[in-house]
Amino acid sequence: MEIPQELRYSEEHEWVAVDETIATIGITDYAQEQLGDIVYVELPEAGTQVTKDDKFGVVESVKAVSDIYAPVTGTVIAVNTGLPNSPEIVNEEPYGDGWMIRVEMSNPEEIQDLMTAAQYEQFIEAAEEE
Amino acid sequence: MSKRTPLYDVHRALGARMIEFGGWEMPVQYRGILAEHQAVRTTAGLFDLSHMGEIEVRGPRALEVCQELLVTDVARLQLGQAQYAVFCYPDGGIVDDIIVYQLAEQHYFFCVNAANVEKDFLWLTEHNRGRATLVNCSDAYVLIALQGPLAATLLQRLTALDVNAIPRYWSASGAIAGVPTLVARTGYTGEDGFELFVPAQQGTHVWNACLEVGQTDGLMPVGLGARDTLRLEAGYLLYGNDMDAQTSPLEAGLQRLVKFDKGAFIGRDALWQQQTTGLTKQLIGLTMDAPGIPRHGYRLGVEGLTVGVVTSGTQSPTLGVGIAMGYVPPAHATRGATLTVDIRGRQVPAHVVARPFYRRG
Repeated sequence: MEIPQELRYSEEHEWVAVDETIATIGITDYAQEQLGDIVYVELPEAGTQVTKDDKFGVVESVKAVSDIYAPVTGTVIAVNTGLPNSPEIVNEEPYGDGWMIRVEMSNPEEIQDLMTAAQYEQFIEAAEEE
Repeated sequence: MSKRTPLYDVHRALGARMIEFGGWEMPVQYRGILAEHQAVRTTAGLFDLSHMGEIEVRGPRALEVCQELLVTDVARLQLGQAQYAVFCYPDGGIVDDIIVYQLAEQHYFFCVNAANVEKDFLWLTEHNRGRATLVNCSDAYVLIALQGPLAATLLQRLTALDVNAIPRYWSASGAIAGVPTLVARTGYTGEDGFELFVPAQQGTHVWNACLEVGQTDGLMPVGLGARDTLRLEAGYLLYGNDMDAQTSPLEAGLQRLVKFDKGAFIGRDALWQQQTTGLTKQLIGLTMDAPGIPRHGYRLGVEGLTVGVVTSGTQSPTLGVGIAMGYVPPAHATRGATLTVDIRGRQVPAHVVARPFYRRG
């Protein structure tokens, strides 16, 4: 179970890589494993406004439809347009080529509300015990 | 609490992800649905189907009872032969879809859906009226399916029976890995394959023998997730999704099973009436014309109006496109007819195709 130290994490199992005011967002290794084989990814277009905790896209596995939630508020400045054609990349490289969108954050302080790697690890452990 | 098949521990040891299905705790996947699906299409896969039910109908009036309950002409069966069949309520709705085998004179063997075992046995008992001996022997069997292009080659390594002498939809009895087994050349995947009815206590032995003999050829265990994508590609129906008590075999595209001329059977009058009057809904296959996955319950539309619903759908691993089955009025059921699937509020284009979506070879 990969949980890169330098990233931040949401309770909906998204990860955020922060570069000044730019947030790169995807779903975690835990999320892709829970979903199983991903066969469809639906992402917003560049220019779309996303709001923290609101749904911004959909990822579908063979058995299930799963919404993806924005961990931060801002404007989508880049979209991984290769993903819809090769959804399996999300399973193979959730933190690398499986990145989904890049957002110009309007409230960078929202990063502080996200979990650290250590906190996310505990969060998953607690979820597994239920 | 969910029931467990005798192979439960084996699945856990193989790292299966388990889910609840029809009151049973079953493996949904081991390595992953897509890998398992592909294994069955290219080499072979092994399935635990022990949750399904087995019912014996025996005695001098066994055929009479089968003929009254099933829509098919059971008298056409020869010893060892099998038939896909349904039995109906008096109004023509389907009770269950089954495979019926004639194992011997006056000895019929039904394999029924896991979720319907008690319902089916009750229905049979009520309509038997003491004529035949009925036994629900579901707990006596582990049912293992070996499916794929290599199935016959692999199975042959475990038996002295000539497996290639068993035609599709026939069965034979013999030892598999030393265990007396009813070997049926049947399956739900669209590939060649066998379904092995094994005495429950020997189930683990036969399962392990199959896995071992197929290991170097790419045989892998396959869960219910891939079972569903495989059967959907092959155009097979799933009771509870594509047909139920409110669906007739005529509506479900199973009219070839209904033998009106064989004599009286439960539902005959209602089905005859329906055939005369015409259907109001009809099962279709459809393929998506744009990205998007059709799923159970999604509405089907024509020119902005809802005309029907998807009953089974998925992204087809083999075809790389969304496929589905659903019901529409006959006017919209012609091959090539265009319609839309409502996916989260978007009307995504699709068109009607003939089933099966995939054919082997």
